[in-house]
Amino acid sequence: MLEIKGLTAKVAEAEILHGIELTVQAGEVHAIMGPNGSGKSTLARVLAGHPGYEVTGGSITYKGEDLLALAADERARKGVFMAFQYPVEIPGVNNAYFLKAALNATRKEHGLEELDAIDFLTLVKQEAKRLHMDESMLQRSVNEGFSGGEKKRNEIFHMAVLQPSLAVLDETDSGLDIDALRIVSEGVNALRGPDRAFIVVTHYQRLLEYIVPDHVHVLSEGRIVRSGGRELALELEAKGYGWLDTAAAGARQ
Amino acid sequence: MTTTLPAIDWVRDAQRALGTRAPRWLSAHRAEALAAFEAAGFPSTRDESYRFTNVGAVAATTFALASPEVDGADAVAAANEIRDSAATAVVVNGCFDETLSAFGDLPLGVVVDGLANALDTEGSTAHDIATGLETAGLPFALLNAAFLEDGVHVVVPEGAVLTSPIQVVVVTMGADAPVMAHPRLVIDAGAQSQATVVVSFVGGGTSAYLTNAVTQVRLGEGAVLELVIDQREAAHATHVHHLHATCRAGAILHSRAVSLGGRLVRNDLSAVLAGEGAHASIDGVYLADDDELVDNHTSIDHAVAHCTSHEIYKGILAGKSRAVFNGRILVRPDAQKTDSKQTNRALLLSDDATINSNPQLEIFADDVKCTHGAAVGQLDEDALFYLQARGLTPAQARDLLLHAFVGEVLAEISVPELRVALEHRLFSRINRYLA
Repeated sequence: MLEIKGLTAKVAEAEILHGIELTVQAGEVHAIMGPNGSGKSTLARVLAGHPGYEVTGGSITYKGEDLLALAADERARKGVFMAFQYPVEIPGVNNAYFLKAALNATRKEHGLEELDAIDFLTLVKQEAKRLHMDESMLQRSVNEGFSGGEKKRNEIFHMAVLQPSLAVLDETDSGLDIDALRIVSEGVNALRGPDRAFIVVTHYQRLLEYIVPDHVHVLSEGRIVRSGGRELALELEAKGYGWLDTAAAGARQ
Repeated sequence: MTTTLPAIDWVRDAQRALGTRAPRWLSAHRAEALAAFEAAGFPSTRDESYRFTNVGAVAATTFALASPEVDGADAVAAANEIRDSAATAVVVNGCFDETLSAFGDLPLGVVVDGLANALDTEGSTAHDIATGLETAGLPFALLNAAFLEDGVHVVVPEGAVLTSPIQVVVVTMGADAPVMAHPRLVIDAGAQSQATVVVSFVGGGTSAYLTNAVTQVRLGEGAVLELVIDQREAAHATHVHHLHATCRAGAILHSRAVSLGGRLVRNDLSAVLAGEGAHASIDGVYLADDDELVDNHTSIDHAVAHCTSHEIYKGILAGKSRAVFNGRILVRPDAQKTDSKQTNRALLLSDDATINSNPQLEIFADDVKCTHGAAVGQLDEDALFYLQARGLTPAQARDLLLHAFVGEVLAEISVPELRVALEHRLFSRINRYLA
């Protein structure tokens, strides 16, 4: 599904990623953990095609295609989804209207007929219910006046409707209370399947109690310094990130 | 250093074209206004309210008085977008055109007519309103008074509730040489009446032209009036419009102005909240491109206590266009418990577009709530990325944000087909800017 090789990237003039190597197969859930400033969110944004980040080297292959050659909107229509760490408030743009435009843009890309208003409404009501979302959130402006938890839930709701192949969740757990965390996780778990992969970026182990990963990677100073199974997350929980300084120093030599 | 003002003999010459058959009072009224105008001349950029708006090109052009003897039928047909208007009154080159106008079954007492007829009756309400125009600080309104001849007179009698809008179409058409027209609209909304009036300004012909309109509105106690200004003059037009509204106690004025056309546009809007409990919502959307200039000067006068006003102006500027927004809010000493909110936002679609934005709050009462805010910028990059990251193309994302930007104002317009038509016009023009 996804193959990242020797990826280096910078924002403004600072290089943040110093050579990421990562392979994700369909059906897998990969967790990317690491301390603040390690480059977790940069990796997520580079995958989504954020214009503020410049890829300076390496490659990303998605379903056999050069992902870096595609603009953000093309990536999205080909099934790459990023749940934002900070979902953007857009006054005056109706949440449901926007989501319908997004879904139909993707369907068109895949040669499917556009959904009409009634079919779309049936679909979104069903997904909203599954995520315990108040239906009024559909008719409000995108994220405007939403609480932190509502914003994250709305991201997962978008994901559930758009049914991406590769979903990147950028610190979706930050700012969520335990109930919201459970609902959001259930939403993600419901989407797990053999044709879909997840990259879950998180600072804390807590989320991984709900979304159980197949692989855990530890990012430090722009490199993956350790990879392992779920037990690696528990080790991090116990030991913290402090030991990484020496590990990163070792990795550089 | 002395500045030589352009000779403005052409104004006097043009006024002679009005003829000498006017009643004595009207001739005197015009002569007085002309003398005052000549004494002051066209405003210069040294006048505070014209600091950013140079009308030198207007003063330097010899505009002849536009002849009403032109055929405005095509322009009117194109302007007519409202399905079930209660009446359509047409003004061609400053004069009421009865043949192009259409009147349905107007409720008893509702008047939609040419203004000249009403002016002739000394002591009539229309006469009093028209001749009572205050022109201090309004040089173009003074010029309009110097050419007072005709226009449209609307009366919604006390208690009348109109369910369909009244449409006024103001056409100014040039021929080979620059022409001007000075239409006057007088709208008298009686106590407890409710109505929507849509004023469409359209232009034609190939020469430069000046539409210098004045609209005077009076709202009786508890009257509700929605006034939609649909300004879509030709690209070579100079459009000047002074709108003055007085609201008695409990009256509600909704002014919604959509300004799309013209090389030079100057709107002076003045709303006086003269009775307790009156409310004015003053909204505007404007577009400008190339080297066009759009200047909105608004003034809301909270003259008495317990009045509210809500103002929002939104501009989209492309090319080398310029905009001026000056929003005056006057709260007089007795106007306690005033609640007033002003917002002015502009989107600059090019690096060369500029806006001068100036909130002007003059507050002389102490127990009031007045807020104002201005924001000028480009489309929100974060929002654009968010929309694209969900699969919208850059063009779709941009359009969605532009729709949202003007949608706030357009959504308030109560006539659905007009709202749709305005939105369509706005976006076909925006797409031209972006092409």
